[in-house]
Amino acid sequence: MARNVSTQRKLLTTVVAWTIAILIFFPILWTFLTSFKTEAQAIASPPVFLFFDWTTENYFEVQSRSDYFKHFMNSVVVSFGSTLLGLVIAIPSAWAMAFAPTKRTKDVLMWMLSTKMMPPVGVLVPMYLIFRNTGLLDTRTGLVIVLTLINLPIIIWMLYTYFKEIPGEILEAARMDGASLAKEIVYVLTPMAIPGIASTLLLNIILAWNEAFWTLNLSAAKAAPLTAFIASYSSPEGLFYAKLSAASTMAIAPILILGWFSQKQLVRGLTFGAVK
Amino acid sequence: MGSITLKNVSKVFGAHAVIPSIDLDIHDGEFVVFVGPSGCGKSTLLRLIAGLEDVSDGEIIIDGKNTTDLPPAKRGLSMVFQSYALYPHMSVRSNIAFPLKMAGEDKAVIDKKVEDAARVLNLTDYLDRKPRQLSGGQRQRVAIGRAIVRQPEAFLFDEPLSNLDAALRVNMRLEISQLHQQLKTTMIYVTHDQVEAMTMADKIVVLNRGRIEQVGSPLDLYHKPDNLFVAGFIGSPKMNFISGASAAAHQAHTIGVRPEHLVLSKDQGSWRGTVGVAEHLGSDTFLHVNADGIGTLTARVSGDFAVTHGDQVFLTPDPQRVHRFDEKGMAIR
Amino acid sequence: MATLHTRSAARLMIAPSVLLLLAWMIVPLALTIYFSLLRYNLLMPGMEEFAGLTNYTYFLTDPAFFQAIFNTLAIVIGVLFITVVGGIALALLLDQQMFGQGIVRILVIAPFLIMPTVAALVWKNMFMNPVNGLFAWLAKLVGLQPFDFLANAPLFSIILIVAWQWLPFATLILLTALQSLDEEQKEAAQMDGAGAWSRFVYLVLPHLSRAITVVILIQTIFLLSVFAEILVTTNGGPGTQSTNLTFLVYAQALLQFDVGGASAGGIIAVILANIVAFFLMRMIGKTLEA
Repeated sequence: MARNVSTQRKLLTTVVAWTIAILIFFPILWTFLTSFKTEAQAIASPPVFLFFDWTTENYFEVQSRSDYFKHFMNSVVVSFGSTLLGLVIAIPSAWAMAFAPTKRTKDVLMWMLSTKMMPPVGVLVPMYLIFRNTGLLDTRTGLVIVLTLINLPIIIWMLYTYFKEIPGEILEAARMDGASLAKEIVYVLTPMAIPGIASTLLLNIILAWNEAFWTLNLSAAKAAPLTAFIASYSSPEGLFYAKLSAASTMAIAPILILGWFSQKQLVRGLTFGAVK
Repeated sequence: MGSITLKNVSKVFGAHAVIPSIDLDIHDGEFVVFVGPSGCGKSTLLRLIAGLEDVSDGEIIIDGKNTTDLPPAKRGLSMVFQSYALYPHMSVRSNIAFPLKMAGEDKAVIDKKVEDAARVLNLTDYLDRKPRQLSGGQRQRVAIGRAIVRQPEAFLFDEPLSNLDAALRVNMRLEISQLHQQLKTTMIYVTHDQVEAMTMADKIVVLNRGRIEQVGSPLDLYHKPDNLFVAGFIGSPKMNFISGASAAAHQAHTIGVRPEHLVLSKDQGSWRGTVGVAEHLGSDTFLHVNADGIGTLTARVSGDFAVTHGDQVFLTPDPQRVHRFDEKGMAIR
Repeated sequence: MATLHTRSAARLMIAPSVLLLLAWMIVPLALTIYFSLLRYNLLMPGMEEFAGLTNYTYFLTDPAFFQAIFNTLAIVIGVLFITVVGGIALALLLDQQMFGQGIVRILVIAPFLIMPTVAALVWKNMFMNPVNGLFAWLAKLVGLQPFDFLANAPLFSIILIVAWQWLPFATLILLTALQSLDEEQKEAAQMDGAGAWSRFVYLVLPHLSRAITVVILIQTIFLLSVFAEILVTTNGGPGTQSTNLTFLVYAQALLQFDVGGASAGGIIAVILANIVAFFLMRMIGKTLEA
């Protein structure tokens, strides 16, 4: 039941909340605006906010100078690939733990989560050497493998909490109705679990897209996804704000949009179902 | 046809024997009710028969065939679940058709059977809706429809009415009984509500802590309970139990008198007491009486009996209908 | 809850995940331990030899190591403090009635969705740069000398950037928890004469404790391993002023090619993470049980 508050108070809240929200969002907004400026305007003092000569030149420049699209595709392949592979491995596991739990199921789940506790730097050296020796260094395949492994516990946990919400009786009903295990999964479980699977997919694409430890350390020119591509802008000091902004805008826009769509599931996924 | 025999069936979870060992015969066409308090193992027993759980020991024989190791689908049984367990993403039509589809029936045959079932259950107008658009009673009917299209050897009902409101429950009770008259198929029905058991069953199986306390027709159990548990469980309001001197007078450790078998009077009788609470229902009056030297007794009188809190009344048990029990709680006959 | 048949099928289906994660846990970690006992530099291949605990003593006596430990903890604690306190305040604000709540929510969430390298570069160049940054302009506007954030207060700047990224996470989770607080409870408290402050202390805060616990737990896991933000802003410097343990190990391994030393550092990082996790779990285990 929403309380009715006075319009005056509501207006005040609105002003305060909008001010803070815009301040928090400002760096992103500023990046977006700067991406349409010329380099000179980008560093103009006093800064120009809206009244400049809008240009899309930076975007073309970024593409032609450093083959932005290649890195974009690397990001797409790595984030979608690792998420889909993760789902294929995780769906049967989550199914089993949700619907045929044993005494050890809780322990197994906690153990899976605990693998996330291990700081990545603890295994950086061997991973780097293994990748170097097997030729996986700076390949999309290598990144897909690592990101699948680091996100697998999250995928399993998310699916598990979603599957848990499907009443077991419905699956038993299917069994009574003569469905085999395969048919039970195809006709009953999967259609009911699609919303959960979709939000798991979405969240993990976001996480994989933004992952910036392994992608930075295990990729170079060839397989570098956007995280590593953007990082390459950190070295040369100089007048390149507009181009940096254009590249950044393109790197974050797809995921911003995905994230805004899935903000409700975000909480649940990120807290492994502990907060809904 | 649908006879079901349990031989020495037991179920153990870890170190805990939910069902130590049960033997039971269910004849073809019988309406059998498993009744007992929650946690008595009645649902587990039903799930063992269904094949949703493995037995730890013993055999389950359906229609003369040993089905102990068969998966649920191969046992020829249908089940109606407490939560209805309808497939939320399928229309009513697809829900009812699902078992037929799984059995690989012809499309035309499926359509025909679904239409027939829908007609019997008054669901024809709802066939294209989703379960969430239906009321509780309608969902219940869809669940039953899904069960009957397969023409199973027997139906299993797991507390199917507990999610319905009181009025609807009475209606559905009647509908299920009528369905049984029509189909004459074996039905096993699990409930914790002794009224459902009494009104629907041909045969009641009273369970307590995984053991069968008594098997018999409703009136058998009412008139001749084997022990204190059955005596107390069957009948509403509950039977009064009295021990001590009054019981010794009947050569028993405990005696039991049903509220409706206590004769009430305002001026004379065996036991004197004061009225604690009087519940006037119109058709009946329930009195909770604090009887001197005995304790609280519940009495039921037909029609109106004009007393209120604090009035003095006299109670006399009908001597023909006093149940006697020994110190182990078993009936003395 | 199920039959033998489904149980054996279940075991088969869990197996791939368990085996993969087991391998992921054990193989690289075992290798790290092995390498940490070797004198092993990639620039001198074929010179590997058993070195005992030399790598550890080297690492543990390196002044940079203590700086790194301090920086690691400073980042974790600093960011946690800002995000939890700020998150509670923001969540309380966003829980009020206002116009355009949906848009406000979207704006506030946004920083969390930004990849770390972009966030760090945008802050570094467009805000904190002493010549062209917006902060420099603001400082000049009020007559102050522009401050070179990343040179003079590198750790603080990194904490600020990371906190900006994680504030939405804390806010979002706390807001979700806040919205599950029963309105009737608040009304009952109001009827009982509780003012806004006592309602917050006795009702809202206890209700949020579980969510706060979750925020602390999850953020700590990630904050112990902050890397990209340091790499693109300060590169750990000036000197080692903004080097955390993760960055130190990275530098040892991939900049100095000292496999043995880096592995020892990695093992120390794992131990540190476990110590933190242990205390964290003990401190907040009770809250999560409930």
